[in-house]
Formats: sequence, C-alpha cells, structure tokens
Amino acid sequence: MIRLSNVQKTYPARRGSDEHTALRGIDLDIAAGEIVGVIGRSGAGKSTLIRCINLLETPTSGSVIVDGTDVTKLSNRDLPLFRRQLGMVFQHFNLLSSRTVYDNIALPLELAGASKAEIAAAVDPLLPLVGLEEKRDRYPAELSGGQKQRVGIARALSSSPKVLLCDEVTSALDPETTRQILNLLKDINKRLGLTMVVITHEMAVVKALCDRVAVMDGGVIVEEGLVDGIFANPVHDTTKSLLADEFVEFRAGQDSAQSRDQSSGQEG
Amino acid sequence: MFSTLAPILLQATGETLYMVAAALALGTSMGLPLGVLLATSGRGELFEALWFQRIFGPIVNATRSVPFIILAVAIIPFTRFVVGTSIGTSAAIVPLTVAAIPFIARIIEGAIREVDSGLIEAAQAMGARPVQVVTKVLLPEALPGIIHGLTLTAVTLIGYSAMVGAVGAGGLGDLGIRYGYQRFRPDVMAAVVITLIVVVQAVQSSGDWMARKADKRNI
Ligand SMILES: Nc1ncnc2c1ncn2[C@@H]1O[C@H](COP(=O)(O)OP(=O)(O)OP(=O)(O)O)[C@@H](O)[C@H]1O
Ligand SMILES: [Mg+2]
Repeated sequence: MIRLSNVQKTYPARRGSDEHTALRGIDLDIAAGEIVGVIGRSGAGKSTLIRCINLLETPTSGSVIVDGTDVTKLSNRDLPLFRRQLGMVFQHFNLLSSRTVYDNIALPLELAGASKAEIAAAVDPLLPLVGLEEKRDRYPAELSGGQKQRVGIARALSSSPKVLLCDEVTSALDPETTRQILNLLKDINKRLGLTMVVITHEMAVVKALCDRVAVMDGGVIVEEGLVDGIFANPVHDTTKSLLADEFVEFRAGQDSAQSRDQSSGQEG
Repeated sequence: MFSTLAPILLQATGETLYMVAAALALGTSMGLPLGVLLATSGRGELFEALWFQRIFGPIVNATRSVPFIILAVAIIPFTRFVVGTSIGTSAAIVPLTVAAIPFIARIIEGAIREVDSGLIEAAQAMGARPVQVVTKVLLPEALPGIIHGLTLTAVTLIGYSAMVGAVGAGGLGDLGIRYGYQRFRPDVMAAVVITLIVVVQAVQSSGDWMARKADKRNI
C-alpha cells in the first residue's frame, strides 16, 4: 500500500538555523489493512516521516509509492486529489472553531465538491461510529479533548480514505481517553480495513494498537518488526530505553509535549 | 428652532453614512484581497510571492503614514479624474476609499495571521487547493477579527468624513464647521457632536454584536 524507498529530508537553512537533515534514508513497507507504528524520541523525525507520506513535506530524495503511484512526482494540480485518498489525524485536533461538529466532518467532502446529499450520506453514519450523535450541532469549543479527537477521526474518515495517518493523536489526552480513542481506531481498522500509520512516543500506544512497529532515532529506522517480537526481544538501545519508559509513561508524555510546544514556538 | 435644525441634521447624517458606507464597501472590495495576499505570500506560505510583499508592503505603509487631510488634498487630481469634480459628497468617497484600503488590508492580514497554522495544514492534508484554504478556512476562522477590524475602520472613516466635510464634502463635519463654527451657532455644533457620538456608538455596538455572533471560540 505504502512504500518508502531511501527517503531523505533536509530542511533548508533559515535565518538563525543551519540546514537540518531530519530523515536519512528511510525504507518502510506498509501493507494494506495493516497498522504500523512509528516510535521514537522527540526530534527523531517521526512527524517528518508521516508528513512525507501525504507530501505536506516534500522529500529531498527517494520515492514514496502510495497505491502504485510515486506521489513525489505528482503535479501541484494532482496533489490535492491524491491527498483526498488519505485521512490525517493530528495531536492538537486542528478543528475549525467556526464550524459545528457536523460541518467539520463534512469539510473534506465539501472541498471535493460533494453535494449536500452526498455529504449527509457520508457524515450521518460517522457520527454514531465515533459516538457523537448528540454533539452533531455543537462547536469544538463545547467539546472535551476526547470528543474533539473523535471529530478529528470522523473528519479524516469522511472522504472514505484508504489510509489513515495519525500523528501523536493521543498525546494531548488523559490515559482513560487515550484508551477509548485507541479502541476506536482499532475498531475502525477492523470494520473498514483501513491501513494506518501511527506516530507515537509511547510504547503503550504501539502495544495497544499496532501490528508492526518501526523504531526511529536520528532520522533512521533503527529497528523494525512485529510488535510482539520487538517487545519480547528488543535489540537496539533506543528500543530498550523506550520500553523502560513505559513505567514513567505519564511524565515522559508531559515532557515531550512541552519540548514540542517550545520548538514549534521557535519555528512559527 | 428644532424644527429647522432637524431636517439639515438628518440630511447631513445621511450624507455622512453614505460616504462612510461607500468607502467601507469599496475599501473592503480592494483591501480584502490585498490583505489576504499580504498574509499568504510570505516564504513557504500558501501563495508564496516575495515580490508582492516587497512592493505592496511599503505602499501600504506609505499610504497609512500620510495624515488623512493631507492625503485628501494630495490626491485631488486623481479624485477629479475619477468623479469629475473634487467637491461634494461623492468626491469625498475617493480619498476616504484610498485611506480605507491599506487600513483594511492590514486588518485583514492581521486577522488571518492569527489563524492557527495547524488549520492550514489540516486543510491541505484534506486536499484543499490554496484558494479553498482561503475561502473555507482562513476567512471563516478570521471572521470575528475581520468584523472587529471593519468596525474600527468604520469609526475611523466617520472621523475622516468629518474632516473632508471641512473642505466642502457635506455631511456632519461640514454642517458643524459651516453653521456651528463660521456662523457661530453653538446649538448646531452641539447637535452635530451629539449626533456623531450616537452614530459612532451605534456602529461600534452593532459591530461588537456581529463579531460576538460570529465568534464560536468561547461559547
Ligand atoms: N519545518 C522545519 N524546518 C526546519 N527543521 C524542522 C522542521 N520541522 C522539523 N524540523 C526538525 O527536524 C527534526 C525532526 O523533526 P520531527 O518533527 O520530524 O520530529 P518528531 O520525531 O516528530 O518529534 P516530536 O516527537 O517532538 O514531534 C527536528 O530536529 C526538528 O527540529
Ligand atoms: Mg512530531
């Protein structure tokens, strides 16, 4: 379904910062219907990797094949059409505050030029799937974090994508809500047979959700395999230390969320 | 006395509102696209075009740094070219519009820059084309800020319109100067001041109300 071959990404130098190579030759194969986790410490290049799949970042070199097409070769005209085949869910939800739950979920279809009837036919069944029938006409400001993320998930599903990209989708949620969201994603994968790429820095997320996992460090994949195997027999130091983190999961989540906020502040 | 004052006061208020409304509408029709482009043409942004910023940024700043009364006089040839005369209510719309455009452009730019860049990214991930990012995400999300800004513009234009009144454009400013000052009619002056206060209050209150209606961030 997705094949990354020798993908490199170098962010160009800007005022006040040197150029930075975030991905140094990534090879990753993801089969249809599979849930693949990508885990690593802050700055390992996980977000860059997932953003190279839907071309929010353009790889500096290498190829990204999605469903048989090398998407790095797509023209600016065709890129939006390709992106409509992928859904993306974000850590901070990224919902439009000016739209109700229903209208947020409808947005991808609206962008694709769907009619009102087509939109209703797609959105109405999603509301019960993510458990938000009662919040249909509410605004994001009226929802809890978990509910917002359910909207984010429903929105990513509304255009019937083949692939769901999830970047730290539970990192802003408490443990109980995290569990619910992970169950929802698992359920969606089973029901719809969706391929999923799940970025996280928590082994617990990988354990709960993924079939396979790739461990990243310094822009490369240092270890990769079936989740059970990696858990039973971690080889690389990064993997071992991430496994050890599980015991201090809560603190780790907080710290990396903080450092991420700081770094995004500098970039903006 | 009131019966003689009321009709001219009413007419002057109508002229003021006409000048301000026309300048606001024309200024928005040009200031809005300009503001959107100023907010989205930077490096790595939606419609990256650094030349646009380099040319229009300074023009906008220059226009905004000229005091309005000087601007109004300086562009008299242009006003004459557009309207055929430089005197009267319709002629006053030209300098008011010219002053409003950069004002509105900066306000729109600021309101759009306030929108979380995560939303732009989310829209692009959904397959939004650049124009759709503007129409479906940036403008709706910036709407409360834009309404606030346009309200501020309207109030500022009411003040400016009184200034052009002083150079023969009609409206409340004109009335205040001609009757209140030159013919020394303090009652007219007082009526003009009170009317201006009422008009500004009404504009501000309805602007605030609309902005609140549009703002779904704190419900
Ligand atoms: N737009 C950008 N411009 C320049 N450098 C960037 C940019 N985005 C990311 N980087 C750098 O690339 C490296 C990898 O970033 P990335 O966001 O992929 O890490 P991550 O593994 O997702 O980390 P986190 O867990 O904190 O989200 C970091 O060193 C980061 O500073
Ligand atoms: Mg990240």
